[in-house]
Amino acid sequence: MNFDFTKKQLAIKKMIKEFADKEVKPYAAEADQKEIFPAEQIKKLAKLGVMGMSVPRKYGGAELDNVSQTIIMEEISRACNATAVTMGAHASLTCHPIVNFGTEEQKQRFLPKLASGEYLGAFALTEPAAGSDAVNVQTTAVRDGDEYIINGSKIFITNGGKADLVCVVTTTDKAAKHKGLAIFIIEPKKTKGFSLGKKEDKLGLRGSNTQELVFQDMKVPKENLIGGVEGEGFKQAMSVFNSGRIGIGVQGVGIAQAAFEECLKYVNEREQFDRKLHKFQALQFMLADMAMKIDAARLLCFRAADVKDKGRKYVKEAAMAKLYGSDVAMEVTRQAIQIHGGYGYMKDYPLERFYRDAKITEIYEGTSEIQKLVIAAELLGRGF
Amino acid sequence: MEIIVCIKQVPDTTDVKIDPKTGRLIREGIPVIINPDDKAAIEAALQLKANGKITVLTMGPPQAEEALREALAMGCDDAILLCDFKFAGSDTWATANAIAAGIKKIGKYDLILCGRQAIDGDTAQVGPQLAESLNLPQITYVQKVEINGGKVKAERELEDGYEIIETGMPALLTIVKEMNEARYPTLQGIDKAYEAEVKTWKAADIGADENKIGLKASPTMVKKVFSPSAKGQGLILQGSIKEMAHDLVERLKEREIIQKF
Repeated sequence: MNFDFTKKQLAIKKMIKEFADKEVKPYAAEADQKEIFPAEQIKKLAKLGVMGMSVPRKYGGAELDNVSQTIIMEEISRACNATAVTMGAHASLTCHPIVNFGTEEQKQRFLPKLASGEYLGAFALTEPAAGSDAVNVQTTAVRDGDEYIINGSKIFITNGGKADLVCVVTTTDKAAKHKGLAIFIIEPKKTKGFSLGKKEDKLGLRGSNTQELVFQDMKVPKENLIGGVEGEGFKQAMSVFNSGRIGIGVQGVGIAQAAFEECLKYVNEREQFDRKLHKFQALQFMLADMAMKIDAARLLCFRAADVKDKGRKYVKEAAMAKLYGSDVAMEVTRQAIQIHGGYGYMKDYPLERFYRDAKITEIYEGTSEIQKLVIAAELLGRGF
Repeated sequence: MEIIVCIKQVPDTTDVKIDPKTGRLIREGIPVIINPDDKAAIEAALQLKANGKITVLTMGPPQAEEALREALAMGCDDAILLCDFKFAGSDTWATANAIAAGIKKIGKYDLILCGRQAIDGDTAQVGPQLAESLNLPQITYVQKVEINGGKVKAERELEDGYEIIETGMPALLTIVKEMNEARYPTLQGIDKAYEAEVKTWKAADIGADENKIGLKASPTMVKKVFSPSAKGQGLILQGSIKEMAHDLVERLKEREIIQKF
């Protein structure tokens, strides 16, 4: 049992923490208020190699272990969640299926561009009728000679309106249900039949881009079918979410940590009844609970990342990390507003933003309820 | 262009406290960093390097290796740690002697860059002493530097302006942190830094004269370190100018700062 990071992981943590504090955090409030997409931050992250953190070195990536990727996600989330989700949708969701299931030709074609940040990625699964019920994808891909013709639409797609590359989950055979799914790599700016729909107006993560994608007789070369074989899409998508869950869990940890740090500062500054707030036991108890829960959630996330790094099955661990990380994000941000009282409710303080940003962690990449189903299925051995 | 950068690992003193009983810095739980002026010296070297090579050097305990690896991650090519209990307790003069011996072993260089001063000791002496020890021209408090036709032209930061000095090479410059915005190490850089070898040299490896290094050889020693007690608020006199002047004279007489007559 070893709870320490390696020296290299500590060096990454030091670098990314400093970067997050200086280059990301100062812009988070304005990005939220004015819905400013974090393009500048993403460009800087790309320069550091972060956008290619999950990509193998031979394709220009940094090939980080999962623990290091989790460290980066926590620190960026602590600074700005809109930036974190933009980065995560790219480095985790989009790169993952190409790295893990792409053909050699696909890896060589797309990974260097994703790793360098020349391309921003998005992953598109959700549809009006396919969310938690991921199998119910209505977007169709029909083989036509050397091409596929794709029709349908996707909603709530992170980076959808900004992406240079989108992994689109389709069905090539509806009757085959989950065995009929197939994921295609699309380059929107070079593809006819691709258009953007509604840009979403969200509760939180307001600096991030969430948009509808519409495909009308969109022709895609058969070489863009991930892995080159039909029917693998469901397995590939589940793998994407499995891995992504660790990132969402630790995103919750990052948000909670940010809220907690604000509380620590506040109780040492604010006075009531002629005493600093930290003198009140009721608040001390709140802080103790917050710190303990954040730590517990963090440990679950890093345990999942560690199990993944060791090459073992991590489905249950990732689901627990995601479920508890998002729980803690909600609870801690709520308490943090309570500690700040009226100030916490105002936009002059970041607490209300943390609270709004936290909610989505209970929803995307599998709702809390789906996580419980996953955990239960792992416990009861029925598979999922 | 071959550049040697001398750095020091220091406690991050933005938040440091002094133990009133022992008069020592409380180091527990304080993160260590590359001294800010030294980090600017690394950045300056990276900008000047062109096709050359940068060797980063420090003297310190084994954990100072982390500071060297950070410098490697930023883009330096080689790292040397001078580490030996014989160096322990060195004052600035003895430190400069040890570093000079290390630099003589490296041998070839065009430029030595140091930070202006370390945030823990604040002496600003090691750079100049090192230049003297190596018999090199030195330019201190450098805020801007350019190299042209084998010459160094540098701007020295002064209190109310700046001074431009030119010299031949090799030379030693001490850099102020205001010169630049140091880059972040990249992930690829960190990778490389942790695969690289950090050379550790002991006193014997660099042929350091044992009469010139360490605590015993140090001509100065720190007797006491303390936080100055906070001064009370000053007194602001009230009334007309004449009344205030009279009041002031009375108070000065009372304290025997001026003579009663």
